[in-house]
Amino acid sequence: MPTTHRKAAAIGLTALLLAGTAIPAGAETLRWARAGDALTLDPHAQNENPTVTLSHQIMEPLVIRDQNAEIVPALATEWAVSDDDPNVWIFKLREGVKFHDGADFTASDAKFSLDRARGPNSNFKELLASIKEVRAPDDLTLEIETDGPNPIMPANLTNLFMMDQQWAEANNATEVQDYAAGEDTFAAKNANGTGPYKLVSREPDVRTVLEVNEDYWGKDEYPLEVTRIEYTPIQNAATRVAALLSGEVDFIQDVPVQDLGRVGQTAGLEVRSRPQNRSIFFGLQSGAEDIASDNIDGRNPLASKEVRQAMNLAINRDAIRQVVMRDQSVPSGVIAPPLVNGWTEELDKLPEGTIEDARALMEQAGYGDGFSIRLDCPNDRYVNDEAICQAVVGMMAQIGIDVNLDAKPKAQYFPLITSGNGETDFYMVGWGVPTFDSEYIFNFLVHSRDGDYGSWNATGFSDPELDAKIESLASNTDIEARDAAIREIWDRVQDEVLYLPLHNQVLNWGLKDSVVAEVDPEDAPKFKTFRLN
Amino acid sequence: MIAYIVRRLLQSLLVLMVVGLVAFAMFRFVGDPVESMLGQERTATDVERLREALGLDRSFAVQYWRFLQNAVQGDFGISYRQGRPVAEILLERAPATLELAAVSGALAIGFGILLGILTAIRRDGWGASLVMAASLIGVSLPTFLIGILLIYLFSVELGWLPSFGRGDTVRLGFWTTGFLTESGLKALILPAITLGLYQMTLIMRLVRSEMMEVLRQDYIRFARARGLPERTINFRHALKNTLVPVITVTGLQLGAIIAFAIITETVFQWPGVGLLFINAVQFVDIPVMGAYLMLVAVMFVAINLAVDLLYVAIDPRLRTK
Repeated sequence: MPTTHRKAAAIGLTALLLAGTAIPAGAETLRWARAGDALTLDPHAQNENPTVTLSHQIMEPLVIRDQNAEIVPALATEWAVSDDDPNVWIFKLREGVKFHDGADFTASDAKFSLDRARGPNSNFKELLASIKEVRAPDDLTLEIETDGPNPIMPANLTNLFMMDQQWAEANNATEVQDYAAGEDTFAAKNANGTGPYKLVSREPDVRTVLEVNEDYWGKDEYPLEVTRIEYTPIQNAATRVAALLSGEVDFIQDVPVQDLGRVGQTAGLEVRSRPQNRSIFFGLQSGAEDIASDNIDGRNPLASKEVRQAMNLAINRDAIRQVVMRDQSVPSGVIAPPLVNGWTEELDKLPEGTIEDARALMEQAGYGDGFSIRLDCPNDRYVNDEAICQAVVGMMAQIGIDVNLDAKPKAQYFPLITSGNGETDFYMVGWGVPTFDSEYIFNFLVHSRDGDYGSWNATGFSDPELDAKIESLASNTDIEARDAAIREIWDRVQDEVLYLPLHNQVLNWGLKDSVVAEVDPEDAPKFKTFRLN
Repeated sequence: MIAYIVRRLLQSLLVLMVVGLVAFAMFRFVGDPVESMLGQERTATDVERLREALGLDRSFAVQYWRFLQNAVQGDFGISYRQGRPVAEILLERAPATLELAAVSGALAIGFGILLGILTAIRRDGWGASLVMAASLIGVSLPTFLIGILLIYLFSVELGWLPSFGRGDTVRLGFWTTGFLTESGLKALILPAITLGLYQMTLIMRLVRSEMMEVLRQDYIRFARARGLPERTINFRHALKNTLVPVITVTGLQLGAIIAFAIITETVFQWPGVGLLFINAVQFVDIPVMGAYLMLVAVMFVAINLAVDLLYVAIDPRLRTK
């Protein structure tokens, strides 16, 4: 019976071909989509949200941030500054943790990982810049010696993932990827972590499949109800929403603000929101004698504090929230999001005054007839960035400032700010604070541009006394005195009107209502905490 | 004939060099890749070091020369975005685009020629009028809108077809195919229609007008006078003579289908080279952009060459020259 044989062979072959894609029975699969894919699996190569988020499922840091952005134990169970030496942090590591390949996690792996992340090609080395030496005195103790006391060391380690030293050595991946050398690293395509999920397959920009790690140390601590994750980047916002509406995915990040209503009203779907750890604000070139993009010769109108105050008053934050952001923003009076240490309600109060007050300030500064200036803006980086800038053009016109908007893609836009050549006088920035501490903001945005400090400060503002105060924060272990210093620096920043705060973005997740999850403050969902109904 | 081919090949080489040079001159306006490669906490020293290591501090002519030197040896460098060899990424992405292009090309040619002939023969029928009216939609609606409309109708409202991706694929050697699984075939339908619709209406309108032109010629009248059956006249004598201009346009349009699948791929998250290119532009991934543009240039040159050779095969008059 040759035909039957052939048929059987054909069925067998099809079954074989399909076997690779079959889903194990009983698995609680969560299909997850967001705009971008992780760039690499190498945990120290890219400090960028989609990359870090994927790493969080497969690998773990020593300490991690929970839903309230509090630092809680992950691979370390306890940590404290050494009693003998204020420059040394001691981390007690969790016992009995194994990597996915079965190897034990020990202090030497932790030391190896931190040293790797301090290497020249790491994207995380600035966060670890204060480290002098990492030591592993025994299997479960890790000592980190810094070049001075560092009170916020643990905050810099929350996205710093642990790798297996033997695995990295065996696969020639002891160094972070070096693009310049034209080599690809094993670690960019493979992963061996201690995390709640194991990597099953990965096609970059197409699909990544993870499966629950049955031997996970925290399986009694976390729900771990999602046992399989299928992650698909969907760049086009309309397609992403369509995929959720049609039930092809269960969870999307980056819900476009214009579709929130649609998703929320659809039966079986839900939108969950929370303010994001990211402030959006404008910078002003106040330090220069003269600026290029205005129509005033020989003077810099932005050097006048009254002008900056007037501009601050002219921005109608509520109008932007309602009209441009469709309620998806929290207007702010300071360039720090609420969860950051140093933020206070008082600082965040919106500037008080009317358009008349603003006009009076312009008059007082000698610019009653106004002036013209260029506003530089990204058009593919923040939520509705270009539309916000367009709205601000109209608002500035009310106080006589004639603004020319120049919006560009981020790859062309950010060099204007970071080049330090005064290429922009009035610009938009969004700033996330991964350490949840004001020092991070001051270092990059307030300190004078000097070496590694102030690399995002294009305001031209410089005050050596303030710089010294900012630098002292790094090693001030007296928490009260340090907080007082932070307060003083903020008061100065607010008094100078160094930046024009606008709002904090709101994070939105679209989920099937059977998925129970709280929006992560860093927009990095940790699927081990998800529950399924 | 051989001299002709050699001459065409040399011309093609020149075209490629010029395309590459223009591309590299443009890359500096796309932005600075170092911005995306280093994180928010980058320092000025890091930026300088990386820029120097990647050779971005050199003039575009030097960068281009380096690229050519390596490309000739089959080395397209490492993608700045993914950190993997560009050749490997392109090879991985090519099957998706080629399969999509093949299906939408077949749809466009098959339906285009068929509908073109029908509307030419039955010029005044209501069916032909309807098709002509509908074809206006195909030429005038932008691709992304057609894609979104199809997704809205068939995925969100009816739930029949997937809105994104390629479905399950089967690996055959280095090639991944969506032809062998149900979800793969289903996933092909909407993107193939979106991508092929414009080409189909174009071919249809072209065939129609050419055919109507030919049908007015004397030899068709003579054929009718000789009493040949209508089918033989239409398909044997008339169709063959309408094909020369159709082949030229179709050839170029096939190139366009592959090269400009970018929009369709973005709308449907189709994991092909077009989507890769869009990502590369956003990230300023120079090695990927360079390799992709060269690849597209090679393809167009090859298609043009093939079209020229096809002329000779179809039109005997060219052979005697």
